[in-house]
Amino acid sequence: MTKGFRLAFRAVVVLLAILATLLMASVILWMIGADVAATFYTICFEPLTRMLHISEVLIRAIPLCIIAIGISVAYRSGIINIGAEGQMAMGILAFTGAALAFPDVPRPLLLPLALLASMIGGGVWGFIPGILKARLNVSELLSTVMLNYIAAQFYSLCLRTIYLDPAEQVDGTGTPQSMRLTENVWLGRITGRLHFGILIALVLAVLIFILMWKTSIGFKMRASGSCARAARYGGISVGFYVAASMIISGAFAGLAGGVELAGVHRRAIEGITNNYGFSGVVVALFGGLHPFGIIPASFFFGLMIYGSTLAPSKVGVPANIVQVMQGIIIIVIVTAQMVLSNAYLQDRIWRKYQALRKKEA
Amino acid sequence: MLDIITNMLSMCIPFSVALLLASIGEMFNQRAGVFNLGCEGVMAMGAFIGMLIPFMAGGGGAVSEWYNLLGFVAAAVLGALFGLFFGLVTVTFRAPQGIAGIGLQMFGVGTAGTLFRHFVGGTQSIPGIPDIDIPVLSRIPVIGDIFFSHNAAAYLAYLFIPVAWYILFRTPWGLKVRAAGTSPRAADSMGINVSRVRYEALMLGGALAGLAGAYLSIAQAKMFSDTLISGRGFIAVALVYFGHWHPAQIMGGALLFTLAQTFQTIVQSMGISFPYELAVMLPYILVIVVLSFTSRNQITAPTSLGKPFNREIRT
Amino acid sequence: MEDKIRSLRMEHISKRFPGVLASDDISISVGEGEVLALVGENGAGKTTLMNILMGLYQPDEGRILINDEEVRFRGPEDAFRAGLGMVHQTYMLVPNMTVTENIALGYKAAWKPFRLDMKAVRDRVVEISSRYGLAVNPDAYIWQLSVGEQQKVELVKTLCLGARFLILDEPTSALTPQEVDELIVLLHKMTEELSIIFISHKLQEVKALSNKVTILRHGKVVFSGNTDDYSSQEIAAKMTGHEIILPKNSGSPSDGPVALSIKDLVVMSDRKTVALDHLSLDVRAGEIIGLAGVSGNGQRELAEAINGLRRTESGSISFFGKEISNSTPHGIIEAGMGYIPEERNVEGIVPSFSIRENLILKDSDSPQFSKGVFLDSRKIESTASSLVERFDVRCPGTATAAGSLSGGNIQKVILAREIERRPKFLIAVYPTRGLDMGAVEFIHQKLLAIRDSGIGILLISEELDEIMDLSDRIAVIYKGSIQRVLSKLEATRERLGILMAGVREES
Repeated sequence: MTKGFRLAFRAVVVLLAILATLLMASVILWMIGADVAATFYTICFEPLTRMLHISEVLIRAIPLCIIAIGISVAYRSGIINIGAEGQMAMGILAFTGAALAFPDVPRPLLLPLALLASMIGGGVWGFIPGILKARLNVSELLSTVMLNYIAAQFYSLCLRTIYLDPAEQVDGTGTPQSMRLTENVWLGRITGRLHFGILIALVLAVLIFILMWKTSIGFKMRASGSCARAARYGGISVGFYVAASMIISGAFAGLAGGVELAGVHRRAIEGITNNYGFSGVVVALFGGLHPFGIIPASFFFGLMIYGSTLAPSKVGVPANIVQVMQGIIIIVIVTAQMVLSNAYLQDRIWRKYQALRKKEA
Repeated sequence: MLDIITNMLSMCIPFSVALLLASIGEMFNQRAGVFNLGCEGVMAMGAFIGMLIPFMAGGGGAVSEWYNLLGFVAAAVLGALFGLFFGLVTVTFRAPQGIAGIGLQMFGVGTAGTLFRHFVGGTQSIPGIPDIDIPVLSRIPVIGDIFFSHNAAAYLAYLFIPVAWYILFRTPWGLKVRAAGTSPRAADSMGINVSRVRYEALMLGGALAGLAGAYLSIAQAKMFSDTLISGRGFIAVALVYFGHWHPAQIMGGALLFTLAQTFQTIVQSMGISFPYELAVMLPYILVIVVLSFTSRNQITAPTSLGKPFNREIRT
Repeated sequence: MEDKIRSLRMEHISKRFPGVLASDDISISVGEGEVLALVGENGAGKTTLMNILMGLYQPDEGRILINDEEVRFRGPEDAFRAGLGMVHQTYMLVPNMTVTENIALGYKAAWKPFRLDMKAVRDRVVEISSRYGLAVNPDAYIWQLSVGEQQKVELVKTLCLGARFLILDEPTSALTPQEVDELIVLLHKMTEELSIIFISHKLQEVKALSNKVTILRHGKVVFSGNTDDYSSQEIAAKMTGHEIILPKNSGSPSDGPVALSIKDLVVMSDRKTVALDHLSLDVRAGEIIGLAGVSGNGQRELAEAINGLRRTESGSISFFGKEISNSTPHGIIEAGMGYIPEERNVEGIVPSFSIRENLILKDSDSPQFSKGVFLDSRKIESTASSLVERFDVRCPGTATAAGSLSGGNIQKVILAREIERRPKFLIAVYPTRGLDMGAVEFIHQKLLAIRDSGIGILLISEELDEIMDLSDRIAVIYKGSIQRVLSKLEATRERLGILMAGVREES
C-alpha cells in the first residue's frame, strides 16, 4: 500500500464524515422548513464578521476549552466523563461560597482562593464517579449523568436559599440568584466582555500536554486508559489513576465554572453552565483528545454555540439545533475513527483499486 | 396518612410504565450485546412525535382515540428507526457504544427540542387517554385504586412483561439474542447472523423506548417539554443492571424507582415543608446507590456486552 | 439420511488478510471414510483454511467441490446443510446456557415460529450421544463442565446438526494423554460413517489417526502424501522447512535456596468457586519447575495470586523469606518478580502503546528512565533500540504500536522487558502458545539461559513436550492442588497423564 493511497483514504473518509454531518443536520433543518444554507452561514460564518461577535465566540470557547482538556485527561485514562455539567455547577457554587464568605480579603489572595475553591468543588464531584468506578465498577456513564441531575437540583436549592441575594428577598421578585460578588474575585477584561480566562485556558493546555506526554504520571494514566488489564499486570494501580484523572477532570470543569463566574457573570445565576459540560465532550473528541487539538476545537464549537444563538432571530431556527449538530458530530467522529482504523477495509479497497488499475492498463 | 400512601401507591403503576418499557427495551439491546445509552434521546423523540400527532389533529382540543393510537405507533416506528441507525453506527461500523450512545442522546433530545419549537411552540397540552376502571375489581377499597383504575396503555405495558420473558427464554429469537450477547463467536459458528440479531434487538429496544416516551407525553404528562424525560432514559439503563437482565426483576426495579419519584409529587401536592429539590434528587441518588451495590461481579451479565463483533478479527 | 460425502475438494484457495496471505493457492482433497491430517506450524494457515471451508470466511479465489459439484457457502448454515461440521479449537459454546440450549442454537428443526421445541432438541441429543457412546448430560450448564466434557458436547453438537463430514481443529490440545488415546479410538470408529479433516501439529496423533497428510507452511501446501509412507521425523522436517531441534535442559538439579515457597494457598475463581485448594509448592533459585495440568485446574489463578493480581483467602506465599500474599502487584514487582502473563495481547503489553513505551511499562518512574516525574525520552529510546536488536524483535522501529506485531515478536518484547529488569524469579505462563517453531526455540533458549544464571522459573504450560524439555522438576496440578512433584528423571508422558487426570499415586 502506498503512502499516497493511505493519505487519500484518510482524506476521503474525513470528507465523507463532513458530508454525512452536513447531510443529517440538513435533514432536520429541511423538516422545519429552514433555509439550510443560510442557517449554516449564520451558525458558522456570521459570528466571524464582526469583532464583537468574535470576542463573544472566544468567551464561549474559554469554558469549553478548560472543560474539554479535563475530559480528555479522563478519557485518556479510561473513563468517560459526561458529568462536567454537574462538576461545573459545583465549581460555581464553591466559588460563590468563597466569594460570599470572605468579601474583604484582598484580590491577589481572594481570586486564587476562590478559583481554588471552584476546583475543589468540581474535583469532589468528579471524584465520586471516579472512586465508584475504581472500587465498585460503577459505570461512569450512568453515575456522572445522575450526578448532573443531582448537582442541578442542588444548585437551584442553593440559589433559592443560602445564596439568595438579600435584595431579592426585600424586593420579593424571587429570582433565584446570588448577590453581585465582590470585585475582589473578578477577572480582568481584555476587550468587551472577553476576559483573561483565555490565558488560563492556554496555560492549562500546555500544562496538561506536559503532564500527559512528558511525565511518568501521565504515562501511567494513559496506560491505564489504553489497556487497564495490561497496566494492572505492569504494576500500575489503575484504580488510583482512574480516580485521580476524574479529580483532575472534575477540577477543570469546576474551574471553568469559576472562571466563567469571575470573568463574565460575576454573580451566580441560573443557566451559567449552558450545556458546556456536554459540549465539552464533543470538543474533546473533536480535538482528538489532545490539548493542542482542543484549543482550535473549542474555538469552533464556541463559534457554533454563539452562532446558534443568532439563528432564531436571523433564520428562524431554534437554538437547540446546536445540540442536534453536536450529537451528530459525536456519532460521526467515533464512526469515522473506526473506519480509519479498520485495516481490513483499507486493505480491501486497496486491492479493488489495484484490480481496477490493472484492468485499465 | 393512609390517603397519602394509597395516593402514592396508586401513582406507582401508571408512572412506572415509561421506565418499565424503556428498560425492557434496553434489556433486549444488552442481552444481544449492545449498550444503548441513547435511550434518553429515543424517548425524547417518541414523546415528541407521540404528542405531536394528537396535537396536530385536535389543535389541543379533544381528538379521537385513534390519533392517540397513531401517536404511539409513530413513536414505536421512529424508535425502531433510531435503533436501526444506532445499529449502523455500533454494529456495522463498530463504533464504541458508550460514547456513540451519548451522541444519540444529544441528537434525539436536540432534535425533539428543535422540532417541538417549530411545530408546537410553547407549552400546549393534549387531552391524553382516560383511565379505565376495571369492573368490580376497581371498587375494592385501596387495592382497586392501586391496581385497577389506570389507563389502557399501562395495563398493556404490564401484560408485556411476561411476553418479554417468553420471547427471551422460550423462542428461537430469544435464544439467538442471548447467544449473540454472551458468545457471539459461538453463535456465528452456528450459522447465526450476529449482526442481524443485534440490529433486530436494537430495533425492538428502540421501538419500546419510543413507546415509553410516547406514554410520558400522551398518557402521563399530556404535554411535551424539554425536561419531560429528565434522565428516565438513563435510569432505564441503570435498571437493567439492577434487574440482572431479567424482565421480572426489572419490573421490581421500575416500581421501586417510581416510588422514589412519586415522593416528589407527594411533597409538592401535600405542601410539606421539605426542600422540593431534595425530593427531586432522590431517584437519581437511588440510582447511584443501587449501581454501587450491583455493579461488581455481575456474573449474569451478557459477557460480550459492549464489545463489537468482527468475525475476521480473532481475539 | 442424505447423501454421503464421497469426496470433498478445495481447489486453488487464496485468502488475504491485511499484511498476510493466509492461504496461498491451496488445494486439498478428502475421499470417503478418509482421515486427512492438516499439519503445520502455528500461523501456517490451517484454521483459516477450515474457516473458509465452513463458510466463516469468504475466499478471495478458489472453489470448493463436494461430490464433484461446486458449492458456495455464504455462512456456516450453508456448510451445515451440505453436511459439514467443525469442532473449533476454542470451543464454540455459550457458557451460561445448557447443553440442550447450545445445540438448539443450530438445530433449526426445533425452531417453531413462536416457540422453541426444546423437547425435540433434547431427544436428539440423547439419541446421538447414545449412538456414538458420547456421554453428555443434556441439562448441564456448559460452565459446569470440564474441558474434556465440553469437547464431547462439541462432537455431539456437530453430529446432531447432521454432520457427515467432520473438521476437528487441534482437538487434543487441552486433553490429557489418556483422553487423547480415547478420542483417537472414538474417531477411528466414526470413520466407518464419515470422513474427517484433522488439524494438528502433534505428529504422534497424525500418525495414529490419519490416512493422508497435507502440510502447510506460510499459507502454502508444501507437501501431500499418504501418512504411512513417511516417518514422524520426515513430516516434522517438512513442516518447519528446516531441522529445528529444540534445546533441552541438561543441567544438574539446583541446590540453590528456596526462592518461592507456597503453603496451603486457597484462592477463589471469578465464579466464587475454590480455584486453589490448599496448594503448596517450593521452587528453588536456579531451577525450572514445570507446572503440568489440563488448563482450567487453577493455573491462571495461581499465577495471578503470586503476582498480587488475585486475592488469597488463606495460606502463604513467601518470596525469599518475605511474605507477599495480598501485596500490591507493584510491591511484588519491586521485590523482584518477573512475569510473562497468559494473554500476551491484553496482559503483557498495552497494544496501542509503542514498543518503547511497553518496554518501560514497569519502570516509567525508575531513575533509569526519568528525572523526577519527567520521562527521559532519550534514554528510553536508546535502551529500547538496543533491546529490540538484542531480542531480535522484527519491527519497523521502536515507535511502532506493539499491538501490530506478530505474536512471536510481542512475546519477545515482553521477554526483553522482563529479563532486562533482572528479576530474582520468573513466572512464565504458556510462554510459547500459538508461536511458530523459530520463536519457540528462541524463547526456550532464553528461559534456559535465565535458569543457568541462577534464577528460578515457574513454567506453566499445557504442552507436555515443552515442560519435559525444560523442567528440572515437574509438578502436576489438578483441581487446584499439587498432585505430586516428579524429578526430571521420574517423569514420563504416561505417568504425567495419569496424574493430570486426577488419579493419585500410591506413594
